[in-house]
Amino acid sequence: MAKRLMRGNEAIGEAAIFAGCRCYFGYPITPQNELIEYMAKRMPEEGRVFIQSESELSAINMVLGASAVGVRVMTSSSSPGFSLKQEGISFLVGQELPAVIVNIMRGGPGLGNIAPAQSDYFQATRGGGHGDYRTIVLAPSSVQEMVDLTIEAFRLADLYRNPVIILGDGMLGQMMEPVTFPERIEKIDSPKEYALTGARGRPGRFIRSLILDPKEMEEHNWKLFRKYQGIEKNEVRYKTFRLEDANLAVVAYGTAARIAKGAIKRVREEGLKVGLIQPITLWPFPSQFIRKCSRNIKDFFVFEMNTGQMVEDVKLALEGEGRVHFHGRPGGTVATPLELSRIVARYYYQVKKERGR
Amino acid sequence: MKKVYARPKSLRKGVSFHYCPACGHSIIHKLIAQVIDEMGIREKVIGVPPAGCAVLAYNYLDIDMVEAPHGRGAAVATGIKRVLPQNLVFSYQGDGDLAAIGTAETIHAANRGENISTFFINNAVYGMTGGQMAPTTLLGQKTSTSPSGREAKRDGYPIDVCELLASLKGVVYLERTAVNSPANILKTKKAITRSFQIQRENKGFSLIDILSPCPTNWKMNPVEACRWIDEVMVKAYPLGVIKDLTK
Repeated sequence: MAKRLMRGNEAIGEAAIFAGCRCYFGYPITPQNELIEYMAKRMPEEGRVFIQSESELSAINMVLGASAVGVRVMTSSSSPGFSLKQEGISFLVGQELPAVIVNIMRGGPGLGNIAPAQSDYFQATRGGGHGDYRTIVLAPSSVQEMVDLTIEAFRLADLYRNPVIILGDGMLGQMMEPVTFPERIEKIDSPKEYALTGARGRPGRFIRSLILDPKEMEEHNWKLFRKYQGIEKNEVRYKTFRLEDANLAVVAYGTAARIAKGAIKRVREEGLKVGLIQPITLWPFPSQFIRKCSRNIKDFFVFEMNTGQMVEDVKLALEGEGRVHFHGRPGGTVATPLELSRIVARYYYQVKKERGR
Repeated sequence: MKKVYARPKSLRKGVSFHYCPACGHSIIHKLIAQVIDEMGIREKVIGVPPAGCAVLAYNYLDIDMVEAPHGRGAAVATGIKRVLPQNLVFSYQGDGDLAAIGTAETIHAANRGENISTFFINNAVYGMTGGQMAPTTLLGQKTSTSPSGREAKRDGYPIDVCELLASLKGVVYLERTAVNSPANILKTKKAITRSFQIQRENKGFSLIDILSPCPTNWKMNPVEACRWIDEVMVKAYPLGVIKDLTK
């Protein structure tokens, strides 16, 4: 298929339509407004459902209703609005309903600002709402990945009957890049055994998250846990860049990974053996892979556009093997590859001196 | 012998209600089941129970249902109805659910003229949590969070949901009924039927505000509770059709 030049937010919208998303419910918030505006135009063109809701709360609950009747459905927001969706996300998990939820992150806390940040890593990867649960979290770093991972998000949501979060940031949402769409997509909208359609020739069925009996509730929690174990086993995704001979691994995702790549190219020109580990799934986190890397690499440099969130997962993954260094730029500031390359190089030489290589 | 009364088919067999004696929910559940049977719409109906005592409505009504988070019934029903416009979708909500935490969802679903039926069970207290003050609690009414009686200056005024919604152009039908006497119960059944008919004819948003006894939290016996609706509640919330744009 021919290449198209698209903005990140719009690419997510078109990819959702391509993936068979039947309903989109959203509420305006910067920096994801291009997405709701794109859907406002495109969904009716496709004869699908678009509603600008009165709040993010309402949007996520419309998502819940549409998901309960068995169709693919999406909503999107940015950090403060994503917080409001947590109630509904927790219910979707409890009721085992699929949905795709996009968070184009900005600086925070509170209203914060509208500049690109990775403020909401913890919120996304730890479930975010109440009740001991997880959501699959996909982190694109280019407009093409926004297309590919949006399509994948719908598949994973259906497969595991669990919400999937696409975690981007204001920069990815706003930037324009050429993208291609796949030729076709696997069959979708197959009848779902849980879907509410009206009790035609069968007893009424219900979808609930209320389980008053603690023993039954415990079993439901363990059932979800077993599902998460399956996801951790089968769905871990990551990319690497020049990692083969590296002494130092930069760990970064999304926009930060792009910056890191630029920085690595620069320090490589100076002969520094630095590579990149880029988690694509932030949950499930590529813990085993990072742990495996520690056989050859003893130093890990985590770069995030926050004050240090994913760095905790890297430390957990390493279980004390290897040393972890963190560099962060929170608040909507975006480091340049040059700036990061200097910091990486400084750290590289410091480590080299200490280790006597 | 002629059969004049039977358990509605749309009520699940072999289960008895968990509701307190003389609670309005049991009556209203039965009425909804009867209407569904009489209209022959069981295979088309999808219901949205609330958070509150009636969250377990799906244990009794033998129809498709999905539980909504507290107050979000109108939004969940919207999501369902927009995908399945041929189905009949209703939201079943209490006063705290619909008129406090879910006010925004209710007003905006109504204002969009969502073609759904809303059954609003108004008992002037939070029932499940133990009888706290609700948005519809009357002035002077004692509850566990207004122990000296609701006071306008401190607690605000009781909200008349029908009056509140009547101004919205998307709302086509509003009726207030009660389930405290055989005559009122029959009127409630008629109103529920009317609401489903309006939806079936694609006419838009309707809400039935049903004054319903909660003897346990009102700290009354069933007879006193039914009398209190007639003597006190109805004065603040008059019965009858509040708005009808269907004609």
